[in-house]
Amino acid sequence: MSQPSSLSDTHLRPLFEAVSITKKFGDFIANNDVSFTIHEGEIHALLGENGAGKSTFVKIVYGLLQPNNGKIFWNGNQVFIPGPQQARQLGIGMVFQHFSLFDALTVAENIQLAMPPGETIASLSVRISRLSAEYGIGVDPDARIHNLSVGEQQRVEIIRCLLQDPKLLIMDEPTSVLTPQETGQLFSVLRRFSENGLAILFISHKLDEIRALASHATILRRGENVGSVVIDGQTNRQLAEMMVGAKVKNISRQNAPEKSEVLFEVKKLCRPKDSIFSVALRDVSISANAGEIFGIAGIAGNGQDELMAALIGEWRGHDDGILIFDGMDISGKGPAERRVMGMGFVPEERNGHAAVPSMRLAENVLLTGHSLGNLVRYGLLDLFGMRAKANLIARSFDVRLPEGNPLASSLSGGNLQKFVVGREIVNVPRVLIVSQPTWGVDVGAAAFIREAMLNLAAKGSAVVMISQDLEELFTIAHRVAVLNDGILSSAEPTIDLTAEKVGLLMGGTHVSREERT
Amino acid sequence: MEALILTVLLTSVPLIFAASGELIAERSGVLNLGVEGMMLMGAVSAFAASSIFGSPYVGILAGAVAGALTAAVFAVFALGLATNQVATGLALTIFGAGLSGLVGAPFVGGTIDGLPTLAIPLLVDIPVFGNLLFNHDIMVYLSIGFIVIIAWFLTQTRAGLVLRAVGNSHDSAHALGYQVLLVRFYAVSFGGMMAGLGGAYLPLVLTPHWSEGMTAGRGWIALALVVFASWLPSRILIGALLFGGITIMQLAGQARGWTIPPQLLSMLPYIATIVVLVIIARNREFARANSPACLGQIFIQNK
Repeated sequence: MSQPSSLSDTHLRPLFEAVSITKKFGDFIANNDVSFTIHEGEIHALLGENGAGKSTFVKIVYGLLQPNNGKIFWNGNQVFIPGPQQARQLGIGMVFQHFSLFDALTVAENIQLAMPPGETIASLSVRISRLSAEYGIGVDPDARIHNLSVGEQQRVEIIRCLLQDPKLLIMDEPTSVLTPQETGQLFSVLRRFSENGLAILFISHKLDEIRALASHATILRRGENVGSVVIDGQTNRQLAEMMVGAKVKNISRQNAPEKSEVLFEVKKLCRPKDSIFSVALRDVSISANAGEIFGIAGIAGNGQDELMAALIGEWRGHDDGILIFDGMDISGKGPAERRVMGMGFVPEERNGHAAVPSMRLAENVLLTGHSLGNLVRYGLLDLFGMRAKANLIARSFDVRLPEGNPLASSLSGGNLQKFVVGREIVNVPRVLIVSQPTWGVDVGAAAFIREAMLNLAAKGSAVVMISQDLEELFTIAHRVAVLNDGILSSAEPTIDLTAEKVGLLMGGTHVSREERT
Repeated sequence: MEALILTVLLTSVPLIFAASGELIAERSGVLNLGVEGMMLMGAVSAFAASSIFGSPYVGILAGAVAGALTAAVFAVFALGLATNQVATGLALTIFGAGLSGLVGAPFVGGTIDGLPTLAIPLLVDIPVFGNLLFNHDIMVYLSIGFIVIIAWFLTQTRAGLVLRAVGNSHDSAHALGYQVLLVRFYAVSFGGMMAGLGGAYLPLVLTPHWSEGMTAGRGWIALALVVFASWLPSRILIGALLFGGITIMQLAGQARGWTIPPQLLSMLPYIATIVVLVIIARNREFARANSPACLGQIFIQNK
């Protein structure tokens, strides 16, 4: 990977400069006195934890939010960016983390919406095809967005930006939805853009990726710029500590017990497709031992939701003998029965699935605890018991609570996630099944949750963890299997695996999907 | 027979206006259940204006303006203040019924001159079809014209694309810099204007007098019609003729002493709508392409 040497040339005039940007939402200061500079052709990473103010900052750059204070310079001239249209006119393009695509419309219509008026769909389609050929990013202008894979949707977003001929491209966590191979392709495309003079502002919290792509980094912490650095001069550990503001705790798994009993088993689970948007599960087999974390890797949308529903018991097949918990057949049992027997579940979506945002924490305790016997007597709720248990969970799992008995929606993502994971672990389930346990959670909370799962396993429980996060799987899972298009590969000890190997297994579906079309 | 077909055609005109207006509002993502109230305001204003000024054409104009203004009241609450659209729409219906009764009280019992028919030269002389299709008042031609223009607008113009985009994902539209609330305000106002025109047609053509609640549920049928048409303008035309035909069948059936209870016939539009809903629900691919995904959702702009 080549780093353009001219970047260190201080004679270069900055392309974009933000000076002392401050943005408040009520009492909350999202950006405090943030200054930032980027030069032509530079790939600059914006680093920070969730809630550090990265998204707020780039929304200000793109005109979606107005700062309370601060100045913005473009090519040395002070500018005012009242909205995205003006940002685009200047030459600023943005690829969003949650795509800003319209899923009912075609690729060409989506792109037309972002272009200045006056261009026909037909001439646009020609330009789309030419650009995608030039950079090797294939998309069909007439396809409807909801028929595309996530990776393809991202390419649409990128092409949409590039057709406007931007000078500065902002990318908000672009790799969070990609396989390692797709990430590699994206990076080589981005490098070609930067060689052609495009400046790229790249938001991420994955340090290895940033090191592979960017030359400079600016680190935000709690809304403040804590430093702009040349990445080559820093270690990952230094960067992480700048992000977190404290020493990062090292987590590592202990070896799984050599010989232990199988606590949870799935035998050739099949589940037909129930709509065109779902994935059929084909002969999925899992066998999780006591004391072990069994990891299931894979890109979202390859059957994770369907598998999770089957493991929880929200979906049940007709056959017996498919799901075995501690020697007992639980195939026909519902979620409450499974919990009573000693299982715990944490689904992926915190808001609305694992917890009800509009209910209080104590009530959320009841939602998974009602069948366990001690919170409901004669049909009446034990309100004190519920509150006591909520407080116990908060204390043991470092959940930072507002005063009183707060609504689940008043907790930040990381705190709520610690709560829903803690709510299960506090019962010491013999088998814990979790999906994306640290998705969208800050580094500190993620470390805490991972440690809690390791501790549970050390007590002799089995943990089945579905995760997209390779780093997480490599850190805490003892064995890893890959879910791809509804098929689960055989599990391999983590020690024998490399990121490339897992990535190849993960990427299979995308290859076959392209072959089919 | 020709008389019967003519009556069906005229009965469907208010439905075409009100439903195609509501279609635009819903395509932008706003569910305005106040169609009945807006139609009543259109009807009373049209009657009042044409009896005061002595011209049914002034009545048409008054109906359109009254409908748009009533819709603007809805827009202030549902868009500006982000109130629940279902509750606000229901309130608008009750509000329209009450206010139209109040405004219309002095006009009860009066009559006006109906809209004259304008025969289109030459075309009207075509045998069989001529009289049926080209010998009508101006609003019949307008209603067909609006359907064509709306269909063209939605599929062929950039503004139509923006409207569909706002209804499909207001967050994405906002991220691209479109003024979600402004687009919706225009769409809702247009919907109100069309409902007002549909209401105006009742006293100006169908029954040349004013009586309280004279829309008699046509606003609700128009709402059902939008779903029945699965948000496609061309189907509004078919559905309006179908629903209009059912209404006439009730009257004709009663006159001829049919044994089918008229209540059963008046249920048919709603039953047909439910059947269509079930069919749409089974074909999710189609539903995703045409039904506005943000329908009824509140959009609050974060500045």
